[in-house]
Amino acid sequence: MSVQTQTRETARVPVSRRVVRRVGARREARREGAFGYLMISLAVIFVAVFTFIPIIASLGLSLFSWDVITPPKFVGMANFERLGADGSVLQSFGVTLVLAIGIVLLQLCLGLGLAVLVNQRKKTWSKTFFRTTFYLPLLASTAAVSIFMGYLFDAKFGVFNYYLTSIGLPAIPWLTNPVGAMVTMILVTVWQQVGFTFVLFVAALTSVPKDVLEAAAIDGAGPARTLFRVKIPLISPTILFAAVVAMINAMQLFDQPFIMTKGGPGTATTTATILMYQAGFQNLQFGYASAIAIVLLLIILVITGIQFLAARKLVFYQ
Amino acid sequence: MTTELVTRRPPIFKLGSVVGVVLLIIAAIFALGPLLWTVTTSLRTPAEAFTNPPQWLPLHPDFGNYAAVFQQIPIGQFFVNSTIVTALIVAGQTITCTLSGYAFAMVRFPGKNTIFGIFLATMMVPLQTIIIPVFIIVNKLGLSDSLASLIIPALGSAFGTFLMRQYFMQMPPELGEAARIDGASHFKVFLFVYARMASPAIATLAILNFSGFWAEFYRPLIFLQSQSHFTLPLGLVGLQGNLGTGSISIVLAGVILTMIPSVILFIFAQRYFIEGVTAGSFR
Repeated sequence: MSVQTQTRETARVPVSRRVVRRVGARREARREGAFGYLMISLAVIFVAVFTFIPIIASLGLSLFSWDVITPPKFVGMANFERLGADGSVLQSFGVTLVLAIGIVLLQLCLGLGLAVLVNQRKKTWSKTFFRTTFYLPLLASTAAVSIFMGYLFDAKFGVFNYYLTSIGLPAIPWLTNPVGAMVTMILVTVWQQVGFTFVLFVAALTSVPKDVLEAAAIDGAGPARTLFRVKIPLISPTILFAAVVAMINAMQLFDQPFIMTKGGPGTATTTATILMYQAGFQNLQFGYASAIAIVLLLIILVITGIQFLAARKLVFYQ
Repeated sequence: MTTELVTRRPPIFKLGSVVGVVLLIIAAIFALGPLLWTVTTSLRTPAEAFTNPPQWLPLHPDFGNYAAVFQQIPIGQFFVNSTIVTALIVAGQTITCTLSGYAFAMVRFPGKNTIFGIFLATMMVPLQTIIIPVFIIVNKLGLSDSLASLIIPALGSAFGTFLMRQYFMQMPPELGEAARIDGASHFKVFLFVYARMASPAIATLAILNFSGFWAEFYRPLIFLQSQSHFTLPLGLVGLQGNLGTGSISIVLAGVILTMIPSVILFIFAQRYFIEGVTAGSFR
């Protein structure tokens, strides 16, 4: 737009003045450019040194065998070949994917359900109460949550099994059984993260235009029909965003299994990030660990791509 | 029109509303229950902490566990460490991201879109993918096992830059142009015209960084070795490891202690916590 204004102005100015102006404008542009570079310099330096170069370095490292002590040795694709042949690696990525899908589905459904219910409340205080309540778990660190949830889910002394058995149900081996441990990871993560999705959806539902809802009501649409045919399509871009963010986070699940089960029982909750931590920082196989990290990055990129492709069909942009 | 519609189907509407409230209350019990249990159990004596049924009301609160936390671990030191790390990262990112976000939104310079594109691309990359090279760089810089190893790599942020840029993009360029004609330098225009208008976005970024880095576990676990440098989450897990399942009420007292700063901040800046959730979405 500013370019247009400039040309319109120059048209009105005599040629001699125009030349002076052009020189002045060039000098001004150079000065503005220098100012721009100066302004971004700090951020560029930090992002370059601590994010961009490490990405390249990680790609490079994945082609080496390096135990930190002896010099790195180039091994080509050997790390990736070893990775593909290693049953425990495949199992770990499988565990990660199952946990992530469980977490994302439960978090989205629960977050959406709660947001719809809270959005129907008329009184501001009740909206504020529920919003604060569902946000509260996010104020604790994942480490803190993993610690107290570990006690609550304890098979022998935990509160959950106490209540289950006191109403006549069998105690569940939450953390001592492979499936139980995976379910617990999903529940603990969703318990803490659902407030994030919930707040996003409440904001989106509030911005659904009133006249659209009135039009739906006039056409005789009941609450369920309005929800599935009007509200959900209208907030589908937010649902996509929540799904992408939740999936990227869930694929990196580390704190909860690391603290609650140390990846166990056996390797039932050894997620890709725990496996990478063990390979890199416990076994000092930096090259192999980098290869795991690169594969994790690729899987996340592919999943995000699939989500955006699926969104083309499902997401409704106004 | 609306009154007619409401009168047409009142019973279903009422019933749906009641069911909705009941479901919300059940959800609220599940959300608050574990937190309440943590508070009340931290007030029971270690001997009775793991006895069921749980005591939901602290009838005879025993604050001894809180004193015991201070005896078991240098939690005061962890607190200071966490505060230094979080405060410096918040301050650093406020500066670097405000400067760069403004430049990407308002200043014309060659290569702007390319550089910003690279920034956006790095946002997708998980921390785990870059952690080994960052670990190596940190060691090469002689920062291993120090608070600086957590702070310095986090002083710039592609996401923070993106967030600030989005906010500056909404501001009218005319204001700056007018100030330029009045003879203000580029930097003065930024500082006195735009930066002061950006305080809501700065607050949102600060709160996001506070929540993220106060609770951070992964980098401290990898970067720190000596207990004297531990941050709160790492120290807390250490406390749990030391005590085992013997005295969980002391561990839970530690959990509550680490949560207090977040809760206090939330009470005063709730708006920016909520804003922080929606800030990342492309609006």
